[in-house]
Amino acid sequence: MPHTSAAPPSTTDIELRLLMEAIYLKYSHDFRDYTGASQRRRVLHALGQLGLPSISALQERVLRDPALFARLLQFLTIPVSEMFRDPAYFLALRRQVVPVLQTYPSIKVWVAGCSTGEEVYSLAILLREEGLFERALIYATDINPASLEKARQGIYALEAVRGYTANYQQAGGRQSFSTYYTAAYGAARFDPALRANVIFADHSLATDSVFAETQLVSCRNVLIYFNRTLQDRALGLFHDSLCHRGFLGLGAKESIDFSAYATRFDAIARAERLYRKLA
Amino acid sequence: MKPRIAAAVIGASAGGIDALLALFDALPAPWRLPMVAVLHLPDVRDSRLCDIFAQRLTLPVREAADKAPVAAGTLHFAPPGYHLSIERDRHFSLSCEPPVLFSRPSIDVLMASAADAYGPALAGFLLTGANEDGAAGLAAIHAAGGLTAVQDPREALVGTMPRAALAAHRPDAVLALRELRDLLVQLDADHAP
Repeated sequence: MPHTSAAPPSTTDIELRLLMEAIYLKYSHDFRDYTGASQRRRVLHALGQLGLPSISALQERVLRDPALFARLLQFLTIPVSEMFRDPAYFLALRRQVVPVLQTYPSIKVWVAGCSTGEEVYSLAILLREEGLFERALIYATDINPASLEKARQGIYALEAVRGYTANYQQAGGRQSFSTYYTAAYGAARFDPALRANVIFADHSLATDSVFAETQLVSCRNVLIYFNRTLQDRALGLFHDSLCHRGFLGLGAKESIDFSAYATRFDAIARAERLYRKLA
Repeated sequence: MKPRIAAAVIGASAGGIDALLALFDALPAPWRLPMVAVLHLPDVRDSRLCDIFAQRLTLPVREAADKAPVAAGTLHFAPPGYHLSIERDRHFSLSCEPPVLFSRPSIDVLMASAADAYGPALAGFLLTGANEDGAAGLAAIHAAGGLTAVQDPREALVGTMPRAALAAHRPDAVLALRELRDLLVQLDADHAP
């Protein structure tokens, strides 16, 4: 079957692999099992933005310049998020997960790969409206310190936030969305009380281990950037972290069907990508 | 001589549903060539694209799923709101990177990744549309030695997209939809073992 074999590695492929190996050895950030096409696009985009002629040149600079690596990290991660993205997911959380969470005296929620925090505030709002916020602890983790800092601040472009209002309402929101933020100078600053029970922390699904027992893990549009090996690693962490019959939420186009954990969870809302841990 | 084509990628925007239905009209069975399409839609939230095409075509139509293989004889559509790529192992991957030329999914993203994965064994088709998405992607397919075909802008409902492609490189074929369909049938016949 000569026509179905994968193409041999190009020079760019080789350079990419060497770059990721160099980053791992030097900075312990492990991008080696990230999906190829997306990573390739982002590195090539970074080359243009950083004014470097080749990936090999980038590698040489990155190895000697931690500040340049910090800049490259912003290109390697995808800080694209919105609040109450896929409202049906949050509606299913309210209807199918919240009633179970309400039976616990205290709950821990892990937002894995929280990026700039939009989903953290969405969940905090949902938990507050469902009377769960006071007894909840939310771990919001990411590998990008700049994203975590933005998440901690909870300040977003006002125009974007206004655009999330419809999402919030479709997600079963019970207030006027604007009660959760104050608007000034084109920015929306979210109520700091929403992050009173949030711990923002540096954590890598590629290299770190489980840090707490949780009742709900929400990890959306993160696994799509991982190859199957790394997807399985991340799902293994979630499975280990979740309590007996704990809940896992994934992105709208993510699935555990092709993973090693396909039989370790059952789908409670397949279309909304809500799963529940099996023993 | 170009190697046999192993997959076809297709991009369309404004007027694209009718154009794609014409392109896939009465394709002979059994169909073997995998086909992957990006069609821009105004509403990214709720797409019934696969249903629309499944009802009218005999070949299987599926939304491309993350990490799923590019399947023979199947028409795959990019899911709305995500970029679709083809990896070197000829599996799909999805991404939420920012829109490219205001488009997500982006035709350029699909075509450039497919060009990396298939090299000269790829055919790219670009049809009607009101923006310039696809011009760079089709040029990337051409640069990798693949076959490129563009709908005749005079026939296209909106000629902007095919014209942008013609400005970016000289494609192997500029044809009306009917002839593009015949080309697709020929590629499948050559592809069949």
